Amino acid sequence: MNDQKKLARDWSRRQILKASATGAVLAASSSPMFFVKDAWAANFRNNPGNSSSVTLGFNVPQTGAYSDEGADELRAYKLAVQHLNGEGDGGMLNTMTPKSLTGNGILGKKVKFVTGDTQTKSDAARASAKRMIEKDGVLMVTGGSSSGVAIAVQGLCQENGIIFMAGLTHSNDTTGKDKKRYGFRHFFNAYMSGAALGPVLEKEYGNERKAYHLTADYTWGWTQEESMRKFTEALGWQTSKAVKTPVGAGDFSQYITPVLNSGADVLVLNHYGKDMINSLTQAVQFGLRDKQVNGKNFEIVVPLFSRLMAQGAGSNIKGILGSTNWNWSLQDAGSQAFVKSFGQAYGFPPSMAAHTCYVQTLLYANACEMAGTFNPPEVIKSLEGFSFDGMGNGPTEYRASDHQCFKNVLVVRGNMNPSSQFDLLDVVQEVPRSQVEYDPAIFGGKLGPYTV
Amino acid sequence: MDSIFLQILNGLDKGGAYALIALGLTLVFGTLGVVNFAHGAIFMLGSFCAVTTQNLLTYSKKVKDESITYFEAFKEVPYLEIWWGDTGSFIIDYKVPFSILLAIPVMLLIGLAMERGLIRHFYNRPHADQILVTFGLAIVIQEIVKSIYGANPIPVPAPAIVAGSASIGSWIGLGESVVYPWWRLIYLANALVVISAVFSFLKFTTYGMVVRAGMQDRETVGLLGIDIQRRFTVVFGMASVVVGIAGVMYTPILSPDYHMGMDFLVLSFVVVVVGGMGSLEGAVVAGFMLGVLQSFAAMNEIKSIFPGIDQIIVYLVAVIILLTRPRGLMGRKGVMED
Repeated sequence: MNDQKKLARDWSRRQILKASATGAVLAASSSPMFFVKDAWAANFRNNPGNSSSVTLGFNVPQTGAYSDEGADELRAYKLAVQHLNGEGDGGMLNTMTPKSLTGNGILGKKVKFVTGDTQTKSDAARASAKRMIEKDGVLMVTGGSSSGVAIAVQGLCQENGIIFMAGLTHSNDTTGKDKKRYGFRHFFNAYMSGAALGPVLEKEYGNERKAYHLTADYTWGWTQEESMRKFTEALGWQTSKAVKTPVGAGDFSQYITPVLNSGADVLVLNHYGKDMINSLTQAVQFGLRDKQVNGKNFEIVVPLFSRLMAQGAGSNIKGILGSTNWNWSLQDAGSQAFVKSFGQAYGFPPSMAAHTCYVQTLLYANACEMAGTFNPPEVIKSLEGFSFDGMGNGPTEYRASDHQCFKNVLVVRGNMNPSSQFDLLDVVQEVPRSQVEYDPAIFGGKLGPYTV
Repeated sequence: MDSIFLQILNGLDKGGAYALIALGLTLVFGTLGVVNFAHGAIFMLGSFCAVTTQNLLTYSKKVKDESITYFEAFKEVPYLEIWWGDTGSFIIDYKVPFSILLAIPVMLLIGLAMERGLIRHFYNRPHADQILVTFGLAIVIQEIVKSIYGANPIPVPAPAIVAGSASIGSWIGLGESVVYPWWRLIYLANALVVISAVFSFLKFTTYGMVVRAGMQDRETVGLLGIDIQRRFTVVFGMASVVVGIAGVMYTPILSPDYHMGMDFLVLSFVVVVVGGMGSLEGAVVAGFMLGVLQSFAAMNEIKSIFPGIDQIIVYLVAVIILLTRPRGLMGRKGVMED
């Protein structure tokens, strides 16, 4: 009672009125003025606000060893932007399900883009992405043709709170030990290549084989070799030797000659791009494909194939088994729609790098529409666990626990009798998603927080 | 034994390429005193002579590709095959040897144009200026080639008859299993012939004698009324032809791309330094020696003792040579020793 009297003494009526008025003003100014979904989440990096457009950053190798792949990725991105803005024939917007996109940009804002050159170098790629984020105000960064680059840019995007939709990156580490909350990969990985190839290799070459690995000495090569050894040794194959080769070695003769007398009857080339073209060409020149060892035909396996690489290797690729994320010859409606759009625009079919980049752009845009905002944590939540179809490779899911897409994987063989200059890879088997799935815990890593 | 023999062959083969490139570098340095960082780009241009020949010989008629229904696509049928059938296919198959005929005049012209148009303006400038301008030139050449031919390697296979391997083991009693690609043997033979031809030219012709005299004492030769500068310009053209032929012949081994010159350039400079700046014999000996050492270092037995030695062996040797004998293996006393 005494306390109440004391309070009344300390506060005059005038003071109470003033305080009430101030409180009312404060409450009014901090309350939402309109009541729509996520109206609170307006404060995030590069928020487009009331702008009529949004900018995406396409960070691809425009110079350097992978610039042809980068050029194809850029073609696909431009096509995706056209389709998102309601131009052209719509491509996969006509086949994607479920779909929140309407062909009216993203959340009603016209899509614009800026491009950067990664040069297939981590430092150049990070500098380019940083410029996009800080100067161009991009909402999302995507692209890349190398795992080293993808992992570097993904880390930068995580630090900056910008979503990174990875392009061509095949190392297990991208969504394994180096996974990030803000990074998403549609492309398959080395583990999935091994899981898909294993049974086909057993069927084609039996389970009593001795394999010799030549491996590119960087993150992708290491994880590719590890995965191939895991799955081939599980078949009963022995690993005769695994030799690391410097990236860009050019002449691989000194690494190939030891294979001749090693007792191995299979050579696994864990090489990609120019290295793969050179090592395969030289292995064929050394007569490995004409050799008989242990009473069997000597075989060469290239775990990761692409059509652009197959062009470089020429006829040496014929009959060689490998895996690929996607091929333009797929007959599903999504693949056909994309090949048609791309072919009409450019006069040739898209590469698997182009496909994954196109799909990634659409998936990001769709996730924004689903979330009803560009706010990254909400967009991330929309992408996590998102299941979709109609974009090639059958029903696909963005696994929430590691941001890796799971879908069918293609085992391919260099076409023995190509019917056209593009018909270089023959799809041997479309390996179902269930066969290439794995426990995310095997690669470790942590996604990190939603808010940074 | 088999693997040692094969690694020696690999080393000689690789060394042949190093020696040819280093020979051209040394010729230019010895005559004009120019450190030419564009030399690797000239090697690459040589290999693109083979690509161009291939493109010319396979110039094709576009025929609608009925197998592609999604969009209008075309396949290409070479005119040579349309006109001459099997003879046309035969000519296309022999594109690499034919491309040497194109490469010799083209590389000579490129060499002369480069020397007259750019490099002669830098004779009296510091080495740093020469390095900067020739390095810049190399980048410009690379980018031009890339804009025309793209960045991916372009396969230029050897003629089908020498596409496989020779049973070299059965020739020398090592058994049937020891094989070596025919084209690499041809490449080695070609390297030896070209090197011999260059040495014969310099040693046994009057022109070569004057050039050698000019390399020793340019001013005195000039005082005798000989236009030594013109001869040096021709030597620059000759060095371009030598490295151009090396590039052409290397295409079936390494599919050419715009960057291949840079990949060889650094190694070739190491070869020149190890051999001795300005020493032609040194460049050849060091080229073969480093090629063989590089191959041996890649043997599994060696790598199990010194992991990663294959990637540093060339530079390790260069460091040792520079520390113990700064003028190089066969360099002249007093040259590049300070």
